[in-house]
Amino acid sequence: MKKYQLGEFEEIVLLTIAILHKEAYGVGIKAEIETRLGRNVSMGAMHTALVRLEDKGYIKSFDGEPTKERMGRPKKYFQITALGKKAMEYSKETRDALWSAIPKVALKLKAVTSEI
Amino acid sequence: MSEPTNMPPRWFHKFFRWYCHPKLRDHIEGDLLEVYGENVKMEGKRKADLRFILDVILLVRPAIIRPAEGYQSLNTYGMYKSYLKVGWRNLLRNKGYSIINISGLAIGMSVAMLNGLLIWHELSFNKEFDNYDRIAHVAERGIDTEKGGHWVATTVMYPLGTDLMTNYAQHFHRIARTSWDLDYILSSKETNISAKGLYVDKDFPQIFTFKMQSGYRDALKNPKAILLSASIAKSLFGNEDPINKIVRINNNDEQIVAGVYEDFPDNSKFRTLQFVAPWEVFLSNNPWIEQRAQNDWRNHFMKIYVEIPEGKLLEEINAHVRPALQFAPEDQQKASEMQKELYLYPMKDWHLHPEASGRFRYDPILMIKLVGLIGIFVLILACINFMNLSTARSEKRAKEVAIRKTIGSVRLQLIQQFFSESMLIASFSFVVALMVTAAMLPVFNNIATKQIEMPWSNPMFWCAGAGFVFITGFLAGSYPAIYLSSFNPIVTLKGTLRMGRFAAAPRKVLVVFQFCISVVLIIGTAIVYQQIQYAKERPVGYAREGLIMVQKKSIDFFGKYEALRNELKATGAVVEVSESMGPMTEVVSGNNGWDWQGKNPNTDVSFATLAVSHLHGKTAGWQFLMGRDFDVSQAADSTGIIINESALKYMGLKNPIGEQLTWTWWRDQRKLDYKIIGVVKDMVMESPYAPAEPTVFYLKGFNGVPNWINIRLVPGASLPDALTKVERVFKRVIPTAPFEYKFADQEYNMKFGKEERIGNIALIFALLAVIISALGLFGLASFTAEQRTKEIGIRKVLGATVSNVWTMLSRDFVLLVFISCIVAAPLSYYLFSRWLENFAYRIEISPWTFVLTGAGAIVLTLLTVSYQAVRAALANPVKSLRSE
Repeated sequence: MKKYQLGEFEEIVLLTIAILHKEAYGVGIKAEIETRLGRNVSMGAMHTALVRLEDKGYIKSFDGEPTKERMGRPKKYFQITALGKKAMEYSKETRDALWSAIPKVALKLKAVTSEI
Repeated sequence: MSEPTNMPPRWFHKFFRWYCHPKLRDHIEGDLLEVYGENVKMEGKRKADLRFILDVILLVRPAIIRPAEGYQSLNTYGMYKSYLKVGWRNLLRNKGYSIINISGLAIGMSVAMLNGLLIWHELSFNKEFDNYDRIAHVAERGIDTEKGGHWVATTVMYPLGTDLMTNYAQHFHRIARTSWDLDYILSSKETNISAKGLYVDKDFPQIFTFKMQSGYRDALKNPKAILLSASIAKSLFGNEDPINKIVRINNNDEQIVAGVYEDFPDNSKFRTLQFVAPWEVFLSNNPWIEQRAQNDWRNHFMKIYVEIPEGKLLEEINAHVRPALQFAPEDQQKASEMQKELYLYPMKDWHLHPEASGRFRYDPILMIKLVGLIGIFVLILACINFMNLSTARSEKRAKEVAIRKTIGSVRLQLIQQFFSESMLIASFSFVVALMVTAAMLPVFNNIATKQIEMPWSNPMFWCAGAGFVFITGFLAGSYPAIYLSSFNPIVTLKGTLRMGRFAAAPRKVLVVFQFCISVVLIIGTAIVYQQIQYAKERPVGYAREGLIMVQKKSIDFFGKYEALRNELKATGAVVEVSESMGPMTEVVSGNNGWDWQGKNPNTDVSFATLAVSHLHGKTAGWQFLMGRDFDVSQAADSTGIIINESALKYMGLKNPIGEQLTWTWWRDQRKLDYKIIGVVKDMVMESPYAPAEPTVFYLKGFNGVPNWINIRLVPGASLPDALTKVERVFKRVIPTAPFEYKFADQEYNMKFGKEERIGNIALIFALLAVIISALGLFGLASFTAEQRTKEIGIRKVLGATVSNVWTMLSRDFVLLVFISCIVAAPLSYYLFSRWLENFAYRIEISPWTFVLTGAGAIVLTLLTVSYQAVRAALANPVKSLRSE
């Protein structure tokens, strides 16, 4: 049984929120992922992920100030909760555990085949 | 709006605002506008517009669009969800009660389901024929002057068929005559098998919409054709294609297989029909028909089926064709006395309203009502369990009810809550009941000799199932819902709620009702079994064991009897061999026209008349009261006659031996004189419940073909050995016929089949009813024991013994069951003495049946209750008094 439900994209969004720390709002997160990972993020995918993460209790949100660029619409900032932090840590630990379990030979072999 | 050029496409903007969830709308819109603004600066308005449109479309996702009915739910769906959740938690908290409740209801439901399936099976009889509403049997109908009511006779005479087909043909769509169904021997190259078949007119397969696997329905146009059922085709030809192969009927007629039809289903009149052959073959095999029966309005030997045109009513056509029925002049008076008339006997009545009338007939409608009634009663028993356990435990939930009321629940909502709980339990039970029914069905089919299947794929079945769950839930939940929701919150919460002396009264009434039904069912089962046993022990008047009977099914048998008999006797396994007109277990022929010294000239009695060969008495094991058997060495015995006890009693002769018995044959007024040479004990040849018919036996000769060979095996010898020897002889003497035989004792036992089936089914239902009632009692007892834990503790401290406590706890229940026995006894006496009236040879209902059943019920109650009572009585009072 999976302890923390966290999809791949959701994890990226969660990490980005952590990076932006208190400055994380929709467009900001989108831009950050796009520059750091060099991949296009659609507004729909990102907002779905944000809704899901909030439903799961990994992030919480608070309203920010309305600005002129947004034609008076307020920003919504996101912040990681304690549960969200645990989910991130769990995800990292499981990966690390898997990485450390890979025998060195396997990685070497892979290197050899990729040279050829 | 100072810079209108910087606004995104209006329609898509509106579209977004329309579908987006209101909680998310503002900030996502903000994001969209911010990105749009940047895009306009970087890439220009056209590209920015396109991107905006793309974003809006990609945002149409389940997580973002608003719920259809608004994000604030407007119905009380959530409330029901909560009811079900609370109900589920209650189930889990009281696992014991839940198991008793669900299993009891499930048993009740599966009984009801099985009964429902049986009823459905009976009601859908013959329904698979496409022309169900338009098919009729041409029959004679008349008034039964002796027993009252109508009788219907479907065996009719040849000229009626001719008349209908020539003078009345315009009223019918199709007409088909058929022979009566008999066993025939069908043979292909090497295989000989016996099969049931009919000789029919060519339209028969069309009237009854044969489902052809190959060939055509109208193939019987060709008088050399034959249609086979799929099963018989398989056993004759294996996997080969049977079409155009040759089949011999009774090793006589060679027919060409012109088609194969699917076997008819179990609930169909023609379920045993294995082949149909053309009518012409029947006529050519029975030349007497064309010689003598053409214009004979007295000889009833064939059947006629008609299909009326679409859109016509059977009654209408019946009125038109009524004059077709004529009578021989000598029958005219009797016919008008009985008001005989032509009757188109509709297909829908064939199974449910069978032909014969009178008291001793089998009435399917009555059976269906009975089965339905039992199903309903068993279900009610299960619902009573539910009611009793819910109301008994009401104190436990009184606080919950009170708090709900205080918070603002109105009574109707509480009623809804308890109903949703009972529906929940009913649904669980339904699922369990489905599994139980599916598992039980093969056993049930075996007992009821039906082939009922679970109609998994029938939407009607599921609709009925849903309705069934609803009704059960409603029935079981109604009383608890109304009772539990009536509590006064103030009294309950103050803790001064007293259930009062009479709170348990309805519960007691229900328990009495439950046990009443169970006891009636048990007594009924006991009486059915006693009746069967009684009839089985009836002296039969001949020796059934070790007697085998072989029917002469084809002409190959004729002329071989002497050879057969000598060879059989030479094997050493056979004591004696004889021929007779019918098997030992049937009366196949009866005749009027007997006269003797001192007979009342105004009466005309019908005697069963059976032709036998010499030595039949020895073979069958007749028991002589007076006189002797036919003697081979006395030529005068050819006019000798042997009568049975009943015939003697009827004739009222003092010294019957040597008396003359004259028979006038109705057909040509020929007189035959016989001399009585012996009187035998009555034999049970027909129903074991009916009195023996007056019967006479005479030597084969003038009347009646001896169609059966009876073989008496050496007593005590090994049966398989004897059978192999007998079979070897048959194969040698008559190689063209299969050796098929019947055991007299098995045939005799089959006469009990119907009653035994009723008995077995009743036993199962009675047992289940008892189990359900006992389960309920067990639940109630455990509840009482739990409720009175403290009281028992104090009593024990004050010096009560275990047996004191046990008596105290058991007394109430035993009293209730005792009362139900008192009520059930006269009720069941009334019901089952009525049933017994169906049998002439019957038991007297013994008072011991009631006493023993009652005692059994009380012992069962004690056992059920004692487990809880003794446990409560043995409990350490320190523990029960310490808590709180």
